[in-house]
Amino acid sequence: MFRYAVKRLASLIATLIVASLVVFVVIEVVPGDPASYMLGMNAQPDTVAALRSELGLDLSKPVRYFSWVTGMLRGDFGQSYTYRTPVAGMIADRLWISLPLALYALALSTVIAFPAGIWAASRRGGIADTTVMGFTQLGIAIPNFWFALLLVILFAIKLGWFSAGGFAGWESGAYAAMKSLTLPAVALALPQAAILTRVMRSALLDVLGEDFMRTARAKGLSRRQALLRHALRNAMIPVLTIIGLQFSFLIAGAIIIENVFFLPGLGRLIFQSIAQRDLIVVESVVMLLVFAVVMVTFMVDLAYAWVDPRLRQRL
Amino acid sequence: MKLRSLLPGFVLVMLVLLAALISYVWTPFDVETLDIRNKLKTPSAEHLLGTDHYGRDILSMLMVGARTSIAVALVAVGIGMGIGVPLGLLAAARRQSWTDELIMRGNDLVFAFPALLIAIMITAVFGAGAINAIIAIGIFNIPVFARLTRGAALSLWTREFILAARVAGKNGFRISIEHILPNITNLLIVQGTIQFSLGILAEAGLSYVGLGAQPPIPSWGRMLAESQTLITLAPHLALFPGLAIVITVLGLNLLGDGLRDWLDPRLRRER
Repeated sequence: MFRYAVKRLASLIATLIVASLVVFVVIEVVPGDPASYMLGMNAQPDTVAALRSELGLDLSKPVRYFSWVTGMLRGDFGQSYTYRTPVAGMIADRLWISLPLALYALALSTVIAFPAGIWAASRRGGIADTTVMGFTQLGIAIPNFWFALLLVILFAIKLGWFSAGGFAGWESGAYAAMKSLTLPAVALALPQAAILTRVMRSALLDVLGEDFMRTARAKGLSRRQALLRHALRNAMIPVLTIIGLQFSFLIAGAIIIENVFFLPGLGRLIFQSIAQRDLIVVESVVMLLVFAVVMVTFMVDLAYAWVDPRLRQRL
Repeated sequence: MKLRSLLPGFVLVMLVLLAALISYVWTPFDVETLDIRNKLKTPSAEHLLGTDHYGRDILSMLMVGARTSIAVALVAVGIGMGIGVPLGLLAAARRQSWTDELIMRGNDLVFAFPALLIAIMITAVFGAGAINAIIAIGIFNIPVFARLTRGAALSLWTREFILAARVAGKNGFRISIEHILPNITNLLIVQGTIQFSLGILAEAGLSYVGLGAQPPIPSWGRMLAESQTLITLAPHLALFPGLAIVITVLGLNLLGDGLRDWLDPRLRRER
């Protein structure tokens, strides 16, 4: 197990290094000098040069890459070109919206998918199963930002239960803040819940065919007891894997959903920064998201190998 | 699971394809002519799905928008298959070598970037547009096909008929093309259908946030984005483009499931 973990960790670090190189190189090719962009068309050349050296833009590319990466390792993401404030602080502020949103959506999707998947599997082929599966087909096909718009029309405009967008802020209380995250979280959770329901159902169906399930029934457990005590536990491996992977989809999906609801999260930050040529912010946010995706995949792999020793042989 | 999803899937996909094709020769109204006097009309006999804030006919825009969606998703799947499948075949033919390792680690790297992030980076550099959306979705598709192809090819490489081909003196390249590829075609068709539907969703998402096809080319995602500002005045604007996306994606998913059952009963998975 230890050797497996070390090997996976090495490949994780390699992925992150190459990813950071890719991000740096891609963003560096962006046409337009941030310094002249910030100062406008009539800026004096010496002012531009002064700003360039202040921002560190006059250094050679390898030096800048190196200081960017080592800075990030220390938690220093540099200074925003536009706002002249530390990028780390900007990201941390936004993270307080994006992260709760992703977790909220993940919780919702789990709460919907578990009962639905179990119900469908326990009534395989019946009306309940067909209905649930029909809904999951629909759930996968509905774009989450469109679902978000429909939610706004119904719950914000027609019923007036929620606001159509914006964030109340944590300082106005957890209830108000969570309330303004509710519609976005529901919109994000829908397609994930549909996928998770299907995984839950098929994982359970796989387990229900196993010998130990017959044994459980033979020793006198009811269908329900056998399902809840034995089948569910064994079906959790693929389900947990998918939950882990969904987290990264949720982070990426949040970029669009935040735009629907005008939530000042990481997604909005990244679009604003592109518009303002605040490339250091773009670089850092992209890198942070990639880091999150890679870390979650890593932890899922480890958890998987921990549960199922046969997997450690691979790789 | 019988073939019950094949027919509805096929019908829905054909419906969208026909709408897109017909739009080349005929649309109820011209999509580039503004008719401000008739703006924001609800569905009527004249404008079946109503009009937008410039008085353009929604049905006509949806028909032309179908072209954009289909073209972007189709080319993106083409890129993914065109690059991913050869890479997967190569990795399988050179299994356990550094070539294999390099290809698979490259896959992991691309997987670390969600499609939207790739699109954002490409847009930051080259600007928004349909071509860049295609490239972004295409890049995202490469590892999907590479991984699928490698996995399927690896299990074929252990089979007797491949051994026979090797004994007959064929090299890895010829075996990959003549024996492996024909045997994984069904799998690729099924996955291609599913990636096509994901591509439609991705294109819609990208053009919704303004990273896809630019005006005046109609696209479903941008129609939704434009509808958002008018959502209190004309909620019907938000309804139809979304339905168009759902019909297309649902159709493709059903078609994919149906094809899987039809082409190869062994692949049948109850997802």
